[in-house]
This record gives sequence, C-alpha cells and structure tokens, in this order.
Amino acid sequence: MVAVSSWGRLGSWEHEVRTLSDREQVAGQLKNSRSGLAYGMGRSYGDVCLNPKGVLWNTTGLDRFLSFDKNTGRLVCEAGVLLRDIQRLVIPLGWIMPVTPGTQLITVGGAIANDVHGKSHHVFGSFGDHVQRIKLIRTDGTTIDCGPDLLPAWFAATVGGIGLTGVISTAEIQLRRVAGPWLDTETVPYANLDEFFHLADDSEADWEHTVSWVDCISGGGGRGLFMRGNPSEVGPRLEPKGRELTMPFVPPVSLVNRLSLCLFNLAYFNLKKWQAGRSIVHYEPFFYPLDNLLEWNRMYGPKGFFQYQCVVPPEVGREAIQAMLGEIVRSGDGSFLAVLKTFGNRESVGMLSFPRPGVTLALDFPNKGDRTLKLFARLDAIVRETGGRLYLAKDARMPRDLFEAGYPRLAEFLQYRDPGLSSALSRRLLGS
Amino acid sequence: MPDNKERIVIVGATSAIAEHCARLWVKEAVVDLTLVGRDLGRTERVAADLRVRSPQSVIRVLVADFLAPLAISQLVDGIVAEGPVHIVLIAHGSLSDQVICQQDLIACHEALTLNGISPVLFAEAFVGYMQKANCGTVAVIGSVAGDRGRKSNYIYGAAKGLIARYVQGLQHRLAGTGVKVVLIKPGPTDTPMTAHLKQQGAPLARAEDVARCILKGIRQGKPVLYVPGKWAVIMMIVRHLPNIIFNKLEI
Repeated sequence: MVAVSSWGRLGSWEHEVRTLSDREQVAGQLKNSRSGLAYGMGRSYGDVCLNPKGVLWNTTGLDRFLSFDKNTGRLVCEAGVLLRDIQRLVIPLGWIMPVTPGTQLITVGGAIANDVHGKSHHVFGSFGDHVQRIKLIRTDGTTIDCGPDLLPAWFAATVGGIGLTGVISTAEIQLRRVAGPWLDTETVPYANLDEFFHLADDSEADWEHTVSWVDCISGGGGRGLFMRGNPSEVGPRLEPKGRELTMPFVPPVSLVNRLSLCLFNLAYFNLKKWQAGRSIVHYEPFFYPLDNLLEWNRMYGPKGFFQYQCVVPPEVGREAIQAMLGEIVRSGDGSFLAVLKTFGNRESVGMLSFPRPGVTLALDFPNKGDRTLKLFARLDAIVRETGGRLYLAKDARMPRDLFEAGYPRLAEFLQYRDPGLSSALSRRLLGS
Repeated sequence: MPDNKERIVIVGATSAIAEHCARLWVKEAVVDLTLVGRDLGRTERVAADLRVRSPQSVIRVLVADFLAPLAISQLVDGIVAEGPVHIVLIAHGSLSDQVICQQDLIACHEALTLNGISPVLFAEAFVGYMQKANCGTVAVIGSVAGDRGRKSNYIYGAAKGLIARYVQGLQHRLAGTGVKVVLIKPGPTDTPMTAHLKQQGAPLARAEDVARCILKGIRQGKPVLYVPGKWAVIMMIVRHLPNIIFNKLEI
C-alpha cells in the first residue's frame, strides 16, 4: 500500500497502486482486480482521483503516441500522455490543442474524465468538444469505442464522467492550426465587477482567450486584472528558456495567510496595472503560469488547501459573484489564485461536465477546518439559490443535494457507470 | 539517405529505460533506429510512438529469441549487413523474484540467462564488427545489484555482476581502439519492472531522468556510469562494509 494525496494535499490515504504500461494488457489487468480507479498526474484538487484502501491504476506509463496527421491535425495517443508533450510535439508543426486548463502537467485521460476547460471556452468549448474517439476499457474486460458519431451516449457519459465509466486507454483529438508559439496579449485593470462584465462582453468576439484575476481582499473585492490573448503570427525569434523551480519542502504553516495575501494582492495588482497593455508572450507562461513552480501546492502547509470553483447562470452572474466576493472579503480568508471568467453560451458534451453558460469563479483557500467549511456553506447557499454548480475536479466537500441539483443529467449518467470502478468522490456523492 | 544518420540499435527496446533513451535520441536528431524486442506487438507500439515523435527518423523493428545464441548471432549479422552501427544499447532484463529462484532451478536458470548471458552474447556479437570498423559504442545496462551480492536479490545480482566483469574484460580488450564500452548501473528506477518496490514506498528515480544520464554517459564514453550519480557513493559504501556489519543488514 502507498499513501497517495491529490493536489489539495488535504490528507493522504493508503492505496494499492498498479502500473498500466501496455495498453493491450489493460483489459486483463482490470478484469482480475478489485474495485479501482484510473489515476494520472493527481492534479485534481479534491477526492475525484482517490480511492482510499482500493486500487489506483497509474496511467502515466500509457504515454505513447499512436499517430499524428500533420495535414488534418488528428492526433491519436494513449491516455497517460501529458498535454505538455502534445503541445511540444505539435506546435512546431503548426498545430495546437484548442482547449487546455491552467496546467499542462495533466494526462489526456484526466482531461477527458474531468472535461477540463480553459481560457478559450467562449470560442472552443471544453476539452471534450475536440475529442473524436475514446477507447474505453470496462472492468469486465470488454472494450467500447465511442465518439460524437459513434455510441454518442457512451461518449457523453465518459466525457466529464470522472473516470467512472471505464478506463480510457486511447483517445483521438482534433487539434487546430496555429502559426507558432506566440500570443498577442493585453492586460486591462478593472476597478469593479461592472467593469469586468463589460470587458468580458467586449472581448468575447475578438479575443480567443480571456481570463481574469480578481482581488478578493482589498478594495471591497471586485477589482482585478483582465487578461486576453490571440494567437500571434510574429514573435521574438528566441523562445524563453523554461526555468523550473521546486517548492522544496512543506512549510510548518501555510505561507498563504491574511498578511501575505494582502501584501501579495496589493503588489500584484499595482505592478501589473503599471505594466498593463499589449505584449507578445510565449504560450507557456500565458496558459500555464504556475507550471514552472513545481509542487507549488506545498505552499499551503501540512493541512493543505481547498479549491472552490462554481459556475452561476449569466442572468444572475453579476449579483451572485458580488455576493460571493462579499462573503469572502468578510471572512478575511481570501484566496490568492482567484480567477473569474465568463463561459461561452453553450452546454457541454458530457453528462457531468462542469462548463455551462454563465460566469465561473475559482478560489483557493488554506484549510482552516471548520472555519473554511462554514465559509463554503455560505457560498454554497448562493450557488444553490442561483441554480449553479460546483466543479467536481476541484471538490472535496460539497453536499450531495447541491451536487444533485447542479447536475440534472445525473440519472442518465448512472446507466453507464462501471460497477467495478469507485472513487472517494463517487462514494461521497453517488453512494457507492 | 540513411548513410548520414547516426545508426542506433536498442536491444530490449520495450524496457522503460530503453524507451525513454529512444525518445531522447529521436528528439536530439534524426536517427536510424533499430528496435529489437521479444514481443512484436509491444515493440511495434514503441516504434509507432517514436515515428510520431520523429517522422524523419527511420525506425525499424526486429524480434528475436533472446535466449538462443544462434538467433542472436543471425540477428546481429543481419543488422550489421545493412550498414555500420554507431551505438548499441543493450537494455533487456527482468527483475527476477529471489524467493522463486531459490526454490525453482528453472526460474533461476532463466533469470541468469536472460539478465546475464543474453546481454553478453548480444554485446559480443556486435563488438566484433565494431572492432573491425574501429568505431562505435556498446552500452550495456547492468545494475547496482551487481556490485555486491545481497540475500534479497543475489540471483539477479549475480547475472548483473557477470555483465560487469564481462564489460571490464571487453574494455581491456578494446583499450586504445576506437570502440567504447559503457557499463550503466541504474539504481532502482520507476518502471513496470519495479512496480512492486514502489508499492512498498521505495523512492525511485524517474526513467526519463535515468535515460538523460545514460545518453550523456554514452556520448562521453564513460567506462562505468551510475545513474543517478549518488549510487556511485552508496555502492562504494555497500561494497566496503565489513561482513560483520553487512551480514546483519536486512538488505
């Protein structure tokens, strides 16, 4: 047994870890096993990737490409391939992944199972919108090939299906053309949420990537920096040399606290405000700002941290976000990675996918036990009232009723579940 | 034109360390790579991946019975007939279960043959051609387990020790020629072969990092290469521990 934690480091639990390294042997490995769950890079924050006392099938050894057609941009690869390795392979050939989240250190299988989204949602939707084929291996040893045009219900259950419909062995992804690794970006400071929504509306048509950092401590909450970008045909000739730093140890207490946050937010907002404007930036620092700071999650100390990400419908977005920021400012436990983004006006492919029309707010909180959970209960009340939902990839604690209310296609999803698969999250929210 | 590409042969190409070496080689340059494996399907899957990573490289696949001297000899003759080989990496092996080897002489025999004799036969077959051409590098993956016999894995260790002594002799024979022989001794590495060690919570090196060290060592033609480097120090201590202490250790 090995102790495994997820990215939030809220605890570590004993698991029987088995390595998958040959895709042709996966069916046999699953068939002769007790209840398990596929585990990739462990970058989800809560308990969606954990299966305490059970089996975890480590998929990072399934890291082979099968084919890439540089004329059509179709890539077929195993589920354990990292998004980073795809980007580094295809960008020099004039292709790029249309959708990636804030880290590229995740596997393709994890990206599908959580139907991840990124800064381009209003243009390209979520990860699942670009998946053409999934090879799914069930724990009874059978294999199901599915895609938007082949067994679409199986496909919709598996995209965003949090690993519960089977183990993904390979996937085919449609990439999009790009001129090179550069982005033409602009940073615009905003003073309040009205300005944010204005910027978001204005940027939707002309900017492929939009995101914003919101300061939820100073200024009553609601000021921030709006960042937007488009692929650029020109750029400096030299690519930046990525320098990796590792957070070398777990500090005895969280380095993210009220004082450090106030100072950080004040400094960050004002420095960036001063640098605001247009610039040409390499895709790695723009899309994945924290990827060069390895194991940054250790900053939150031995108790770990929670991430809270919700989406609320567009018609009540402004009021709901204002109310949530108000709660957070009052609590004083603000977050340093506070991200605010409007989603495009489209429903997701997956039955349990997170993205939906509206506005999403993502926040990190150091784990202060009861006090943090009480704040979440107040935020939950706002989400529940507006008919929003929380993101399963981030969650470690949402109440079951909020889950059921937020995911209306749950009953449909359950028909496709594999009884041999289970996670801490599925036991908490689905009862098994 | 295959002539101007570096020609590399990997024996045991489906091993995780070998596969990562291959990925680094095709990333560094367009190469002519021959993968030799025991299982055609698995070796083909590795080859397909490398072809995506480097469409300009030539990737060939060959399968052979690793335990049959005649098959090894014919295979190597065939490879060399197509042109001179610049680098050979001999990487196959399987971490045998010590307890089973102690009880079952057939398993013991297979472990010794596969991990010790077979790599030596491959090296011997290639090195004759290289000596004639007076150039090339033979790199063989040994193990820190070959440095001193321990009760937990001495059958595997004995086979790897055989490789170490063989390479030593080969280096002596080829001293002053253009042929270099490199012995690589990885410490415990995170590969499917060591999955059960990981299960026990042992700290393992990443196969990708080990591969990077191996490529560097091969380029420099180092006679003995511990990867990661810290194992040179650890094994020096282990080799020099007096028996009175060593025999009390549960290692």
